[in-house]
Amino acid sequence: MQLQAVAPRDEKERSVPAHGGNAPRNEGMPLDLGWLGGVRVNLSAAERRVAGLPGRRTVKKDAQAAWLLKAITCIDLTTLSGDDTEGRVRRLCAKAVTPVRHDLLEALGMSERGITTGAVCVYHRFVAAAVDALQGSGVPVAAVSTAFPAGLAPHDVKLREIEASVADGASEIDIVITREHVLTGNWQALYDEMRDFRAACGAAHVKAILATGDLKTLRNVARASLVCMMAGADFIKTSTGKEGVNATPLVTLVMLRAIRDYHERTGSKVGYKPAGGISTAKDVLNYQILMKEELGRPWLEPDLFRVGASSLLSDIERQLEHHVTGRYSAFNRHAAG
Amino acid sequence: MNVQQFFDSMDYGPAPEADSAAREWLARHDNRFGHFIDGKFKPLKEGEGFDTFEPATGKILARIANGTATDVDEAVAAARAAQEPWAKLSGHGRARHLYALARMVQRHGRLLAVLEAIDNGKPVRETRDIDVPLVARHFYHHAGWAQLQDAEFAGYSPLGVVGQIIPWNFPLLMLAWKIAPALALGNTVVLKPAEYTSLTALLFAELATEAGLPAGVLNVVTGGGETGEAIVDHPGIDKIAFTGSTEVGRRIRERTAGSGKRLTLELGGKSPFIVFEDADLDAAVEGVVDAIWFNQGQVCCAGSRILVQEGIAPIFLSRLKKRMETLRVGQPLDKAIDMGAIVDPVQLARIRELVELGVKEGATLFQTEAGVPETGSFFPPTLLTDVHPAATVAREEIFGPVAVAMTFRTPDEAVMLANNSRYGLAASIWSETIGLALDIAPKLAAGVVWVNATNLFDAGVGFGGYRESGFGREGGREGAYEYLKADAWAKRKPREELPAQPEPKSSASGFGLPVLDRTAKLFIGGKQARPDGNGSRVVVGADGTVLGEVGEGNRKDIRNAVEAARKAEGWSRASTHNRAQILYYLAENLSARGPEFAARIARLTGVGSSEAEREVEAVISRLFTYGAYADKFDGAVHSPPLRGLALAINEPLGTVGVIAPDEMPLLSLVSLVAPLIAMGNRTVVVPSARYPLIATDLYQLFETSDLPAGVVNIVTGEPKALVKDLASHDDLDGLWVFGGKDLSATAERLSVGNLKRMLVDHGLQTDWLDPASGEGRLFLHHAVQVKNIWIPYGD
Repeated sequence: MQLQAVAPRDEKERSVPAHGGNAPRNEGMPLDLGWLGGVRVNLSAAERRVAGLPGRRTVKKDAQAAWLLKAITCIDLTTLSGDDTEGRVRRLCAKAVTPVRHDLLEALGMSERGITTGAVCVYHRFVAAAVDALQGSGVPVAAVSTAFPAGLAPHDVKLREIEASVADGASEIDIVITREHVLTGNWQALYDEMRDFRAACGAAHVKAILATGDLKTLRNVARASLVCMMAGADFIKTSTGKEGVNATPLVTLVMLRAIRDYHERTGSKVGYKPAGGISTAKDVLNYQILMKEELGRPWLEPDLFRVGASSLLSDIERQLEHHVTGRYSAFNRHAAG
Repeated sequence: MNVQQFFDSMDYGPAPEADSAAREWLARHDNRFGHFIDGKFKPLKEGEGFDTFEPATGKILARIANGTATDVDEAVAAARAAQEPWAKLSGHGRARHLYALARMVQRHGRLLAVLEAIDNGKPVRETRDIDVPLVARHFYHHAGWAQLQDAEFAGYSPLGVVGQIIPWNFPLLMLAWKIAPALALGNTVVLKPAEYTSLTALLFAELATEAGLPAGVLNVVTGGGETGEAIVDHPGIDKIAFTGSTEVGRRIRERTAGSGKRLTLELGGKSPFIVFEDADLDAAVEGVVDAIWFNQGQVCCAGSRILVQEGIAPIFLSRLKKRMETLRVGQPLDKAIDMGAIVDPVQLARIRELVELGVKEGATLFQTEAGVPETGSFFPPTLLTDVHPAATVAREEIFGPVAVAMTFRTPDEAVMLANNSRYGLAASIWSETIGLALDIAPKLAAGVVWVNATNLFDAGVGFGGYRESGFGREGGREGAYEYLKADAWAKRKPREELPAQPEPKSSASGFGLPVLDRTAKLFIGGKQARPDGNGSRVVVGADGTVLGEVGEGNRKDIRNAVEAARKAEGWSRASTHNRAQILYYLAENLSARGPEFAARIARLTGVGSSEAEREVEAVISRLFTYGAYADKFDGAVHSPPLRGLALAINEPLGTVGVIAPDEMPLLSLVSLVAPLIAMGNRTVVVPSARYPLIATDLYQLFETSDLPAGVVNIVTGEPKALVKDLASHDDLDGLWVFGGKDLSATAERLSVGNLKRMLVDHGLQTDWLDPASGEGRLFLHHAVQVKNIWIPYGD
């Protein structure tokens, strides 16, 4: 809908529609318990894969700058604090629209590419303000709904919250699942809950937050990922940022493999969003490498990859400046968000 | 490409590692290297030596000396001169030296990693992340063994000068595996790196000397096969340690036969990679990458035979092919590649030929579109499916990035297919069911088994093969023993010739009641069997009295006995308690008939009755010793640096031949057979040719002691002939030969067919009455082979 500005000017070069664009949504499927029962995840093997990958792949120089710019277009620039105010949210929106200093983009030959972040992500209370602040920028607003972060409000209250956020203009809704359903193996309940959330979202895309830090085992993560996809999630997302452990390469590997499995069996592409703890350029490059290696090129674009982050952007800006000037940069040389 | 183009393509782009330090080191030596002997480089004369190439480009890297017998002489002399002071240095002193080597490797890690990548063609990622860290770890670990030598290896001494010949696939790592234990335990070394890849060994020797390693302790002689032969044949060398092809390993076994040199061989493999239907399939796919596309597949323990359960084969293979699409083949110094160059065009041609043959024999070829660099020695990741066990590519080691895949239906069939190989180096099992995985691991004929993992290595966990993958272990305590000799055996003297036996006296007794004829038969498969040749030999007592006749066993009797031993595999699976009970029961029944056996010994050998009684008592005690050990000679649980365990399990060799000597005929025979059967081996025994009746008297003892049929088979006859039949029987897994020096030499020479595990005495006489030399762990170590089962865990 609104993301045209993120898409390249030259449509021949790249015609990957951003999230909210023309990509077919995941329509979901009936709950398949047999599939879940066959899920096997070997922790040690998964650890070896994520430990080995950063040594196997790296991007340097111009390629690295390009990958970091791409990462910016995938950031859900986020503020989810108890002390958020409208002023704070508007400042964040301004940063989302102009994430990198113009002179740097110029030096990189990228000033005409309309680089913005992938979205701004806020609590329901600030959706309207953010929509207003981002008017005409093409940057969508994502709302965390469903009694974020614990998700333990009454079910109908959570549905009402989703509807309210959509009504205020949020085009993406990040929901939290009821962890109890996973921990007790009540897959039907998880499926039904997710189905209802998805229905309440209407045209808005829905990202299912699994809170992987609460789920503990990789098997739980894999099964919860599959159930949410079966119930129609457009994205699966690791964390609220409030659990003891947030996004890690390890849970990422498992969730990406679930996405791949789901794609192989249904043909539907589901997106992935790690959130929490990704704060350096080096971190995000490793996530991008994981995406490319495990899922392939389409999953590097914002319609299938988002990173929930607040401080990541400023580290990327410093790295880009270093790339342009050859000198190490400082935070105060880049606009605050 | 510029930033915009990368932004659109999201390609990786080049990520080269700087090689200037390595090139500078080469230049500092004018790209010419003589041997490194006695702490310094020998000059390389004009016109001498051979060129070594960079596999990724085909360009000449350096000119290297080609070692002659004279060079080897010089190196051995330097090593010999250094050995005594090196061994006399305290364990702590040697520990300090090894510690310094470990630190040196870490200090120069980058230079070593880059030089290795240039010289071998392997990715610098691997040399940096795998080879060099493992090298450092090996020296740290073995600094520890040096420190603990007096405490942990009391009663053992260093062997002396060790000749070590290493391959080109892991030049520096194999150097570490070889020299770290040798030096730690007080030996000195003459090392020959592979012809293709000598440079890191030369650099290492130079850096080691800078780090204070005394001159002569480590000598590097470069060259090809002839240089290797000069080392193998050198009389001043006490042990040969070789890693390389099975073909060359066989030749070394043959050339060292009878020389008294100790030998360890780490040879080829065709290791199975077994994927059960309950495996984490994505993990297993990644496992294949680590199994066969690690080091371009030039790995002796590469998981090159994929066995996948039929029901999941389509999905597994389709995921594997998809994974192959993302593998990147490129310049070794590019930090973002999975595979570099094949070591040499000769190897490349061999890989090509075998793959073509595989396709001709019916396999379906899969390679990705990604392609490989156009110049240099490269081969793409390759998968051959629809391969049947009879295909050449399923049986021969390809030593390249080529996996072959076939299916199985049941766990039994997986084991059968996995073991359907002449090799037995490693195996990998993928299943999320602990009961299944741990049931399969002991059933595989392999020295290393990885559960839900592959190609894991650690200095503290022994590595080495079963079957034609060689013998001996590298790493850990079991590896340390390969560089030590037992003092109790070291002092053995050549066996004294026994006086000629008297002429048989006529046993004619006129018309008196004749002696009831007793012609002992052979004992095969629990039954007394008439010899195939239907011949017999007369056994006379010390005074010339004819005491009876025994069967004259021949080649076919050996065949039958080995077959019976093979069939008695239940014994290898029997509980250790059960095996102990039977050994005690044998002692009990022997005790009951003690006077009878003592009388027989006295009549046969002419010793006095008290001496004969002492021998019988010693036999009873010996049976007790091994009854006791049956459930106590345990393996070990290693703690390698991962969340998990490595179980070092002592497994029986399988079927073992025994040639027993003449001295103390009952005690020596039991001293050899008891440790073997205590550990679960099944034996084919050729008793003393002079005193075979002492063995044939045992038949009834075996029968009354519940010893299962086929566990001990006895073939009487001429040892000089029968040793050949035993040594050249390819279904016999081990052979112990005690007796004349020539018997040992013949046995070693003929054992090359299936590379038997050998224990021979080279004509040296063992003091069987002394428990220090006649029983215990000395023998038990040879009665088992260690299997290391790696079990990473976690949920």
